[in-house]
Amino acid sequence: MEQSKLRMSSSPHQHARENTSRIMLEVLMALVPAATLAVFFFGLRALGLMLVAVVAAVATEALLQKLSGRPVTIRDYSAAVTGLLVAFGVPAGLPLWIVAIGAAIAIAIGKQVFGGLGNNPFNPALVGRAVLLASWPAQMTTWVAPFTFLTSATPLGGGARPAYSTLFLGAVPGSLGETSALALLVGGLYLIWRGIIDWRIPVGFVGTVAVFSAVFGGDPLFHVLAGSLLLGAFFMATDPVTSPMTSWGRLIMGVGCGLITAIIRLWGGYPEGVTYAILIMNAFTPLIDRYVRPVRFGAARK
Amino acid sequence: MTKAKTFGGGIHPRYNKERTLNLPIVDAVVPKELVFPLSQHIGAPCQPLVKVGERVLKGQKIADSDAPISAPIHSSVSGQVVAIEKRPHCSGQDTMAIVVSNDGLDEEAVPASTGTSIENVPADEIVRIVREAGIVGMGGAGFPTHYKMVPPAGTKVEMVVLNGAECEPYLTADYRLMMEESEQVVLGLRLLMKALGADKGCIGVEEDKSEAIAALKQAREAFPDIEVIPLQVKYPQGSEFMLIRAITGKELPVGRLPAELGVIVNNVATAVAVANAVTTGKPLVERVVTVSGSMVERPQNLRVRLGTPVGALLEQCGLKGQPGKVIKGGPMMGVTLANLDVPVIKTTCGLLALSPEEAEPLEISPCIRCGRCVDVCPMRLQPVFIAQFVERGMLEQAEAYNATDCRECGCCSYICPARRPLVQNIRLAKSAILAKRRK
Ligand code: SF4
Ligand code: SF4
Repeated sequence: MEQSKLRMSSSPHQHARENTSRIMLEVLMALVPAATLAVFFFGLRALGLMLVAVVAAVATEALLQKLSGRPVTIRDYSAAVTGLLVAFGVPAGLPLWIVAIGAAIAIAIGKQVFGGLGNNPFNPALVGRAVLLASWPAQMTTWVAPFTFLTSATPLGGGARPAYSTLFLGAVPGSLGETSALALLVGGLYLIWRGIIDWRIPVGFVGTVAVFSAVFGGDPLFHVLAGSLLLGAFFMATDPVTSPMTSWGRLIMGVGCGLITAIIRLWGGYPEGVTYAILIMNAFTPLIDRYVRPVRFGAARK
Repeated sequence: MTKAKTFGGGIHPRYNKERTLNLPIVDAVVPKELVFPLSQHIGAPCQPLVKVGERVLKGQKIADSDAPISAPIHSSVSGQVVAIEKRPHCSGQDTMAIVVSNDGLDEEAVPASTGTSIENVPADEIVRIVREAGIVGMGGAGFPTHYKMVPPAGTKVEMVVLNGAECEPYLTADYRLMMEESEQVVLGLRLLMKALGADKGCIGVEEDKSEAIAALKQAREAFPDIEVIPLQVKYPQGSEFMLIRAITGKELPVGRLPAELGVIVNNVATAVAVANAVTTGKPLVERVVTVSGSMVERPQNLRVRLGTPVGALLEQCGLKGQPGKVIKGGPMMGVTLANLDVPVIKTTCGLLALSPEEAEPLEISPCIRCGRCVDVCPMRLQPVFIAQFVERGMLEQAEAYNATDCRECGCCSYICPARRPLVQNIRLAKSAILAKRRK
């Protein structure tokens, strides 16, 4: 044996198997049920939108990193997650080029201008969605019904109130990936079970919306199942980069998102408030991290 | 059944103990030449009591110190002192050591005391015997045991806790001792209790080691003041802070002594050494070392003479090929060795040879702010922020975030999906802050 080949390093010498790419892959896997149902409800158009968005996001990331001379990190799958989430938030009838722009903006303005993964203050997918909503408000809110592709309003936007079971399955007009509560719950619970996301954010988020709408005379179950609440609560607000780092902080994040969403839905000018609620709480995340800190070991002596 | 006790945070590393768990302790080869570093413990290094050329006997004291925090060193073989010079040490630096050439006779020195029983030995005599036997914390810390047996003025130790958690992956040396020498573990605990005037004794063992728990329970049968406490299987359950937290429910602030909470913690291997020293009068000259790791052909729990070069142990257990890393201790807190002439000292609880793949440097990626490091930190620190402050040279901020509370357990670095060198950076902060405070 050659001693010179022995590597010196400081402990620990063993590491968890889970790394950033695996986490992102798990998120992608958790999105598969919702993506599958989107294709089932909205046909190949949905598949096209999702593919275009993912490719646009990944290509934008690679291009910008090449141009700025930084290492290309598309193999961490984070751009793919962002692209898919952008596609999840658009109506099935949206022209493909618009979703491509949305995904590219999500990566460029939502993430890379800040220095890439880990440095962005706002959830990139939501930045993309907000820009699309502001730039193409008509196209972004022209919803089509599943299977028929007839233009119709979403349940939250004043459309017909479907039966809870229909709403739960997701056979209602709405954005691609957010109509099916069932598929989102399956994916979300998977992520909680795998320890990828903290239950406090979705539970705080959904619970607050339910309680708030019940107190103010709404229908809590309808509010939970309709719109982008579940997608936002399980997959957007839980983005590690833009949510707080402590358990308490994450609970505050969830409750805060829920409050803002409920207020916008009940009294705001928009039928849906999830996007803005999460973006606003993203802005508060650094503050939460600063003040909501774990209690020092031994500080509270019993 | 009540839930096993534990602490907050922590991780579940791959334990990799299967290969040695059920292997009884066997004697290691005794080499031709043994090296006794003058520093095998925390505290003042010893001064040699022998000269080059002198003949020494097994168990003969060959180095000692007047300093209160220190422990004497004894030869583990009979033979001749062939050198007193700087030799490789597991700290990475060459340190002064006494080199003894083994004559193979194992001629024993007359013990410092003749050996006695717990009934006949007065409390202060136990402390004296432990000091003379050169016993230090054998779990890896190496703090002189006799010093812990005299509680600081104004404190009263009510409970002696034995640490049988052995939470580091691979290591099974303590487990085997608890199985094979449970009587000595309990006797050592009773001696420590008697020396300290403590009314209660506890042995904390991870609950999956049910056979060890059973053996210890049987050994303590006649002593109602001793309890065997199953602990949750979690790293770093064997850290003094976490063990005290699990067993007493109290949290010891960093910088305070366990005695202030009325508790003293010792390793099970230390307790066995105490029992042996009191009953036989013989000093500490050997210890149990787990030799394991993916590159080791026949992993074993070896009873090793102190001073044996680690290379000899690897040879005895066989290597499958060129290891990428050799570690003294466990994979979570152990140190890498560059030189296999480094001898086994009182704190060497394990020796691991990992494959070149396992030794590959990690690819570091940007922090994704996932908070996992915060979740697992048993000291409830925010490793991510402290490490960032260190990277930016903001030492004061690191201090304000209690960097010096860090116990260097490595949970944060273990869990980080971006493979950030968290504890490595925090260590830098700690030593810089402590250096500044000393000024
Ligand atoms: S575990 Fe690593 S990636 Fe996650 S917050 Fe801590 S340093 Fe960042
Ligand atoms: S910061 Fe220190 S105490 Fe906390 S997990 Fe990391 S190494 Fe352990």
